[in-house]
Amino acid sequence: MPLIGCHECDAVIEEPIVPDGGAAICRRCGGTLFRRHRKTVETTLALMLSAAILFLVANAFPFLAFEIQGQLSQTTLRSGVVSLWQQDQHAVAALVLLTTIVAPGVQIGLLLWVLMPIHLGRRSWGAISAFRWVERLHPWAMMDVFLIGILVALVKLSDMAEIIPGIALWAFALLIPLMASAFAFLDPEIVWRRLEVRR
Amino acid sequence: MTASLASFTNRPHAQCEVCNLVMSVPRGLEAAPLACSRCHAAVHRRKPESLSRTWAFVIAAAICYVPANLYPIMTVTRFGRPESNTILSGVVFLFEHGMWPLALIVFVASVVVPLLKLVGLVGLVVSVQRRSRWRPRDRASLYRAVEAVGRWSMVDIYVVTVLVALVHLGSLASVEAEAGAFFFGAVVVLTLLASQSFDPRLIWDAIEADDG
Ligand SMILES: [Zn+2]
Ligand SMILES: [Zn+2]
Repeated sequence: MPLIGCHECDAVIEEPIVPDGGAAICRRCGGTLFRRHRKTVETTLALMLSAAILFLVANAFPFLAFEIQGQLSQTTLRSGVVSLWQQDQHAVAALVLLTTIVAPGVQIGLLLWVLMPIHLGRRSWGAISAFRWVERLHPWAMMDVFLIGILVALVKLSDMAEIIPGIALWAFALLIPLMASAFAFLDPEIVWRRLEVRR
Repeated sequence: MTASLASFTNRPHAQCEVCNLVMSVPRGLEAAPLACSRCHAAVHRRKPESLSRTWAFVIAAAICYVPANLYPIMTVTRFGRPESNTILSGVVFLFEHGMWPLALIVFVASVVVPLLKLVGLVGLVVSVQRRSRWRPRDRASLYRAVEAVGRWSMVDIYVVTVLVALVHLGSLASVEAEAGAFFFGAVVVLTLLASQSFDPRLIWDAIEADDG
């Protein structure tokens, strides 16, 4: 039995056998040691492929249209960043760009780059650093929070003008549960081991 | 399912923070720099300078928290009349329009969460510095909660972003981001960095030292 460790309290134990879909909980600190998904590569890969398509749709098409006294203005995902930049809020613009476009986009791309070759029995160039970056970017991807922000903004505008949701908004609303389940099915230990085998 | 614990005493082991690989450290080499054989990341038995880095980020975030709430985060102009919005006035607006579930979400995410995060982290750092043995499991849960909720504070930044992008029809209707948005973004980033700097394994070190 290989040894595994708890990253929250540093306890080291022999790896318990956990049924598919189950989780091992650290007896010392109560933290989750790992969630076992034996089919992690295939499931996460399938979900990530759909997520990639939705992500492209969400970025390419208009998000919301806003009509007031016959004047129409449209917005895409990145026009918020552009407007903030033009108002000299450079730091805020960069933060929004990082958390809603760059971090999730790079995560999707890197996961496909790592998982696709594993699925085909190979290992992609730079797979180890790529997978390391997926984990590192995780706290900075905040698309789910962005969706709540859109909801609040819609309520604020509702008494002021007519709001027309665009294709991108629907893509975005689907993308969030998809990304959440893709990461719920990701079992990093299995991915690391399969990367190690194909050294 | 609960894992059975073979041993709490793990002195000859080091653990990679990135890929969680456990490796044995030869005696006498505990202080030497290590690299993970699986993911090539640098391995630290504890995050370097964890406590002083956490303190620095917490103090900086606390300083930014004041202007983030006092300064307006945006100015909304309707039919030529400009009106400044702070975080709190945004909550009041939602509440007055009968949207109290959203008002509650924004209030908790923008005002309560950053404050709880700062208080929680200060509590954790102080408890570690005093080598406290008080309820380590609860302190570990507190750290997990602090890590999980922090991101939701970004809601207000995103509201400003969407409004700024949508509403730019000159004097008829326009929205400008203001200084409060910058400080608020700073609070979110600084508290995120603070919770990343804190090493939850430190909570257990005092207990281990006494046991062993
Ligand atoms: Zn643990
Ligand atoms: Zn590693």
